[in-house]
Amino acid sequence: MNVDLFGGSVNVWLDAFIRLQLIVLLMTVVVMGYTYLERKIVARFNQRVGPQKTGPFGLLQAVADALKLVGKEDLRPRSADPWTFELGPYFVFIPVLMGFVIVPFMADWNIRLLELGLIYFVAVSGLSIIGWVMAGWGSDNRYALLGALRAVAQGISYELPLVLSVIALAMFAGTYNLGLIVEQQDQVPYIVWQPMTAMIFFIAALAELNRAPFDIPVGESEVAGGPFIEYSGIRWSMFQLAEYAAIFVMSIVFSSIFLGGYIWPFGEELGVGFQLLLTGAKALLFFFVIVWIRVSVPRLRIDQLMAYSWKVLLPLTLAQVMVNGLVLVNGWSEVVLLVTGLIGCAALVMITSRAVVRPRMPAMRTAPAMQGEAA
Amino acid sequence: MVATPEVGPPGVGHPEAEFQTQDLLLNVGPQHPSTHGVFRMVLQVDGEVVRDVIPYIGYLHRGAEKLCETMDYRQGIGFMDRTEYLAAFNAELSYVMAVEKLAEIEVPERAQWIRMILCEMNRLSSHFMFMGAFGIDVGVFATPFIYAWKEREQLIDLFEEVSGDRMMYAYFRPGGLAWDVPANFKQRVREVLESTKVGIKDFDGLLTTNEIFRARTQGVGYISAEDAIDWGMSGPSIRASGVNIDVRKDEPYMFYDQIDFNVPTRTEGDVYARYACRMDEMWESVRIIEQCLEKMPDYGPIMPEKMPRMLRTPPGEVYLRTEAPRGEYGIYLVSEGGNRPYRLKVRSACLSNLQALKDMSVGHYMADAIIVLGSIDIVLSEVDR
Repeated sequence: MNVDLFGGSVNVWLDAFIRLQLIVLLMTVVVMGYTYLERKIVARFNQRVGPQKTGPFGLLQAVADALKLVGKEDLRPRSADPWTFELGPYFVFIPVLMGFVIVPFMADWNIRLLELGLIYFVAVSGLSIIGWVMAGWGSDNRYALLGALRAVAQGISYELPLVLSVIALAMFAGTYNLGLIVEQQDQVPYIVWQPMTAMIFFIAALAELNRAPFDIPVGESEVAGGPFIEYSGIRWSMFQLAEYAAIFVMSIVFSSIFLGGYIWPFGEELGVGFQLLLTGAKALLFFFVIVWIRVSVPRLRIDQLMAYSWKVLLPLTLAQVMVNGLVLVNGWSEVVLLVTGLIGCAALVMITSRAVVRPRMPAMRTAPAMQGEAA
Repeated sequence: MVATPEVGPPGVGHPEAEFQTQDLLLNVGPQHPSTHGVFRMVLQVDGEVVRDVIPYIGYLHRGAEKLCETMDYRQGIGFMDRTEYLAAFNAELSYVMAVEKLAEIEVPERAQWIRMILCEMNRLSSHFMFMGAFGIDVGVFATPFIYAWKEREQLIDLFEEVSGDRMMYAYFRPGGLAWDVPANFKQRVREVLESTKVGIKDFDGLLTTNEIFRARTQGVGYISAEDAIDWGMSGPSIRASGVNIDVRKDEPYMFYDQIDFNVPTRTEGDVYARYACRMDEMWESVRIIEQCLEKMPDYGPIMPEKMPRMLRTPPGEVYLRTEAPRGEYGIYLVSEGGNRPYRLKVRSACLSNLQALKDMSVGHYMADAIIVLGSIDIVLSEVDR
């Protein structure tokens, strides 16, 4: 069976292979760009200048880093479990790569638009936890083990709000196909009708990507790098590659399902190259917010993280699914969704600040009576 | 905080279960990123919950006290700098004042005002260091650290202009100061203070009011006033438990009795209270410095007129304590006459404060043990000396 690729007709498997290769190339470049941008953005937030010596504006910093990492010795602790230790990075990286299959970069350009694309995406992105556990267990290091177990607990807890918010969105969109979802947003992006879903998806995505304030599995000040603690050189850089590739794919998915991907606000008439730029710009916005959060907030503790997922995010996503269902069944106007969504957002913000701050308060009431001479 | 059920469901971990769980011994330090130097503690963790803390100190022991016994009084100043390298002026001050008390030297008024200003500024720079390091402990990526560093840099630049060194000043001498301050000293102090005020306000926005920060720190690492007194804690760490002790108020030295300032206390006794106490103290330090600047004479001697070339002390012993940023920094000095101490003992605030680490962190999560350690604000070279 032949399909159309760049104006020519090629075998369907060859076509998939070529597209996959292109995506891998693009991903490598984007990951380098993201690491550079993250350094620069963090530096600006920190009142620093960031990399500036390697190449113009420090643009070659990512290349220099990659070269350094490749040149480093690939160490393995003697007591490590050889197979799990060495295979761990691949098991983290491959699921991330699989996620790229369903992503629409521009109109008519993607690897494959699966009918159950979104479900496929959340399914494969959850798989990389296996790699984390392999790395943590195989390293034979207690910090690594703690980090891996934290990653599992976090991954399982945040998979649920992520999946449920995807379901809520798919109910509204009527399809799991990412391409169709983007096409439907040529007038209004879905974030307008589903604001709370977008917020919860974003929060769950932060946890899924192990970014601050949910970077508990790798928290440098606690478990000192978590599962990656024993890795060096090329294997460690594979973890980094996987992390940023995951951010890349998540940023594109978020911009596709909530921000109108390549189509909103200019419609389909836009040239193909500009569509790619539009997707990229929205993905960069997502990335910028992630970095912004990273430099602003402290890390949550593991119990606060779990409580937040199960007690706040999960009920609210379920409520959103119910509201979407009611609107669908009764054929109400979309404005109902907008209003309930905004109310939900307000509730989320309020409950978040309460849920995070309140449970720790009782201990303060046990303060001693020795305050007579307090100023 | 985390209650272990008396009789859990029969399963893993139950006393009669087939499979028994075992607590994990986690070696934190001496090269862990958040042990503030070379402190080592072995955490016994049940999952994430800390059951026991076994601290190990001594990695930075250099025998500073013993070394001082072989040196001239003036040579000892440098060692005091190196015991408390984040607040070296305060450490010097204790030592120098102890020597002065022993040798019965009158210090000129102007020198005392300059000492007060520099010590309070050192308190500011030390607390900035705490804010930055603590921000990293609770997990903000570098931002508070760099913000604190920026402000601290201004203060340290000023110290360098005054003493010629950024950290190891050796500027206070028995009798007064090594040399006079630069002519634009007052103006420079005012400039630096303006920047410092902005810096403290920045921290209010960055950490103090941050919800996640409060969630992480409030109710964590509680220690009661009684326990804090029993452990011999001092400084902001004990004032956060509601005990209002401050050497500057209780036994005013230099001209602290002429200055109007408050001693900030909190009653919660948790990590947040210790943080907030330091925060309030910084504002008080700013107030103290501003008053000192007004009262300090522009001209005057900085050393007594008749200082012997070789400083000798009569036999005797003296204990002198001052309020350093981390608490009471005491010097016990014994002299048998001559130009060197017979015995020198540093009463380290950090060492005493560190004793309460186990009380504060057992029962909390492992991540909390890290911030509890951070909230005590130890300087390992003062603990080990």
